Amino acid sequence: MTYAAKNLTTGGRELIAFRVGGQEFCVNVMSVREIRGWTPATAMPHAPGYMLGVINLRGAVLPIIDFSARLGMKPAEPTVRHVIIVAQVKSQVVGLLVDAVSDILTVSDGDIQPTPDIASDFERSFARGVLAIEGRMICLVELDQVFPQEEREAA
Amino acid sequence: MKKRVLTVDDSRTIRNMLLVTLNNAGFETIQAEDGVEGLEVLETANPDVIVTDINMPRLDGFGFIEGVRKNDRYRAVPILVLTTESDAEKKNRARQAGATGWIVKPFDPTKLIDAIERVTA
Amino acid sequence: MDMNEIKEIFFQECEEQLAELESGLLKLNDGDRDPETVNAVFRAVHSIKGGAGAFGLDDLVSFAHVFETTLDCVRSNRLEPNQDVLKVMLKSADVLADLTNAARDGGSVDEARSRQLIKELEALANGELPQAAAVEPVARPAPVAAPAPAPAAAPAVTDEGFQPVAFSFDEFEANEPPAIEPTTFEILFRPKSELYAKGNDATLLLRDLSRLGEMSIHCDMDGLPALGSINPEAAYFAWKISLKTDKGEESIRSVFEFAEWDCELEVTLAGDHAAPGEELPMQPVPFDLSMLDEEIPASAGAGEDDDQVAAQQREARDDAVSAAATASNVLQMAQTARAPAESNRSAASASAAQAAAQQAASAATPTIRVDLDRVDRLINLVGELVINQAMLSQSVIENDTNGTSSINMGLEELQQLTREIQDSVMAIRAQPVKPVFQRMSRIVREIADMTGKSVRLVTEGENTEVDKTVIDKLAEPLTHMIRNAVDHGLETPEKRVAAGKNPEGTVRLTAKHRSGRIVIELADDGAGINREKVRQKAIDNDLIAADANLSDEEIDNLIFHAGFSTADKISDISGRGVGMDVVKRSIQALGGRINISSKPGHGSVFTMSLPLTLAVLDGMVVTVANQTLVVPLTAIVETLQPEASAIHSFGASQRLISIRNSFCPLVDVGRILNFRATQANPVEGVALLVESEGGGQRALMVDAIQGQRQVVIKSLEANYTHVPGIAAATILGDGRVALILDVDAIVAASRGHSLKPEMSLAAAG
Repeated sequence: MTYAAKNLTTGGRELIAFRVGGQEFCVNVMSVREIRGWTPATAMPHAPGYMLGVINLRGAVLPIIDFSARLGMKPAEPTVRHVIIVAQVKSQVVGLLVDAVSDILTVSDGDIQPTPDIASDFERSFARGVLAIEGRMICLVELDQVFPQEEREAA
Repeated sequence: MKKRVLTVDDSRTIRNMLLVTLNNAGFETIQAEDGVEGLEVLETANPDVIVTDINMPRLDGFGFIEGVRKNDRYRAVPILVLTTESDAEKKNRARQAGATGWIVKPFDPTKLIDAIERVTA
Repeated sequence: MDMNEIKEIFFQECEEQLAELESGLLKLNDGDRDPETVNAVFRAVHSIKGGAGAFGLDDLVSFAHVFETTLDCVRSNRLEPNQDVLKVMLKSADVLADLTNAARDGGSVDEARSRQLIKELEALANGELPQAAAVEPVARPAPVAAPAPAPAAAPAVTDEGFQPVAFSFDEFEANEPPAIEPTTFEILFRPKSELYAKGNDATLLLRDLSRLGEMSIHCDMDGLPALGSINPEAAYFAWKISLKTDKGEESIRSVFEFAEWDCELEVTLAGDHAAPGEELPMQPVPFDLSMLDEEIPASAGAGEDDDQVAAQQREARDDAVSAAATASNVLQMAQTARAPAESNRSAASASAAQAAAQQAASAATPTIRVDLDRVDRLINLVGELVINQAMLSQSVIENDTNGTSSINMGLEELQQLTREIQDSVMAIRAQPVKPVFQRMSRIVREIADMTGKSVRLVTEGENTEVDKTVIDKLAEPLTHMIRNAVDHGLETPEKRVAAGKNPEGTVRLTAKHRSGRIVIELADDGAGINREKVRQKAIDNDLIAADANLSDEEIDNLIFHAGFSTADKISDISGRGVGMDVVKRSIQALGGRINISSKPGHGSVFTMSLPLTLAVLDGMVVTVANQTLVVPLTAIVETLQPEASAIHSFGASQRLISIRNSFCPLVDVGRILNFRATQANPVEGVALLVESEGGGQRALMVDAIQGQRQVVIKSLEANYTHVPGIAAATILGDGRVALILDVDAIVAASRGHSLKPEMSLAAAG
């Protein structure tokens, strides 16, 4: 509640930053339900490579996406140190496997720079912009694109 | 103080109509589904006026009215009968059982409130 | 709550009443003559009429009214509910259902049919034989549009006197009478004691009267006896009222509408009488409403004694409890005086109470209505509890080698309790199959009519309970089977007579619980399956080899084969290209099985066995390529440990397993789900012989069987998507998700249908 109130008055937003394969990304804190440790997932048949499978989240079946593999980077080899960011994407809840959560940032819309046009279409599709924080570059991720609608609604 | 109405009707539709109509008109409403339940809740409901259907399972309106009239505390409480039967014979039977008056269906909110006002102070 | 919501309630209630009506009529049809059955039937129609009237559903009201009138004849023993009468009534119940549906969904009804039935019902009420009415051609124009028949034409109707429009009570109230010149009326109002006994109150009547105009009033106390003989419940006063009003005499009389039997009332124009002054011994006093509020009778100026009488009367009437303290002897007197009437009344109500008690005993236990959402939430939570308990047990077993510890005992009790809670919660969703069974009787009537067969539907065990979702999905296959039984199973009356049978065929629908499942049987006493014909058809359709050696049972079960019924004869009723294979598939989709056994000349019995709930499933837990999967137990025919000698290669990649001299394709589950790149060695695993859509058998290869377990079904679609080959998910005791295999899809895939999502999307589109 307090987040929402603050965002409304200052136009600022809270972001959760995380690390994947040495790069930093962030998502809007409002879409994050919880952050939890890695537990082995049950493989899904005929799933894309980045789909690690499903886990039991208090009785609900939660699909887990390997964020690194999703971006076309090296697939993760999940360990107990990996974390799952449980996020709400439209009406569904999904888990993102990342290396670690690094920061919580408060930024204003003005801090977000457009995605540089050297990026490929693929990267541009899920990057909503980039942030420069204390000399680091953090990519703001569009979750809808990470877990595309067409695939979820297939069949 | 709000007047209390005890309604006795086995039809969920009519019960709901009675409830909405009576509450809108500022009455407090207690409901029973048939004559047996009507007599059961009579003491706790302590109604200022009773509205009852005739055709009901377990105990019909006539039996219910007789039951109320036998109770010393409620033998003078006004009882209105909801009826589709408008002929004298049915009215007469209701009256013999001790009904105060009647409201002829189809259910009409104005008629209901008018009749209640007519028999209550 | 607004009117639309109440209307929704009304239609819900109509459904219940229609079910009640039909079951009552069927009971009467079976010879039940319990007056309460007749009453219940009458009430159902009456209730529908009452609600329909409130919503101005005129078509429904008029039909219900005619129906009700005829039912009232039965209720009052003026009409014997024989088979012919009940036939008309059952049809009328169907039309009433159609009219209700039309009123709700705006559809149309077969007006000719409803007109015809109105005629037949009226004829019955007039004491005419149903046959006579049926032959009579339909000539009269739509009584549906012009509802209540003229009383003269239908004497029975006048008994109830219900005419939805014409009788509307407030007609003369709502239509303000034309303004009349103010006229002075003289009114004499002498209440009888009964007026008070019925809860009417003279003061309130006077109050209402005073609202009509300018009023002066005189209280006549001549009837008042000496104090000692006063009965506080009796009426001693009369009022002479002079009222100047422009509302007319009718509105004066309507004030006394409720009281007219319990008072003497004279209303005269002032001019018709001698001058009021001469008539009245005392000077009239102007009427003051505030006096009524204080409940002092309009006897201002009366003596002390009168005041006391008034006070006693008031107390006795308002609160007999307090009155009893001050005037108990007087009350006693009053009661003695009323004794004769009282004894009559108590005799009547004693029998009423007796009847009520009897009915109460047969009536259902009290119920509450609960949102399905709430129940489902509870079921989900209990599902969690079951999983958690299993997880806890498992981790205790893993960490504790001492099997006799108190923790273990506690856990066992916990497990017991959890199971009980689960069963009880599941029971909440359980509903009797009655509504579905009742729907079938209409289906039977309609098909009997269409085929010219005479059929009697007997239902048993209709109170057997099963999960609501199962019930909802049961209606369609059952409808089809019933149609099939009447259309194909039963012979024509002529053939039956020729075979020495009762011309009326019997279809028996039975439900019962058997070992944690519900078993529904549909039996007909028709000709049974013509095995020679079925066999020939199967050969013609290439379903079996011409020289195949099949048992009777195997031949009978051929009718469930896909494409079997498409040949030969397609009848209007059960044809439509839909065969028993579709029935079988929908039963299997519910986790059920269906079988037929037939005796030539004596009929066929279809037996369906279904799970009691769709929220849990009995599964076999297996391992495939290090993954744990659950296979629905209902799909598994048997499990085999394949011998190397039984495995035969067939072409490049296919393998067959020989089971009792027939060859069955082997399907490697791990390969088909893409869990491994190459086929596993069948000899190292276990084969599950499964039966699927179309009756085809396959041997599913898995690595190992872990055991059988009841699992809670979890949706994959909620957060992910439908996965071809996977029916749903569940959570096992170790807390991990296990997938539940969709056996039909796996078998279809083994026939060359791809399991790829794109393909299934294309198939769905």
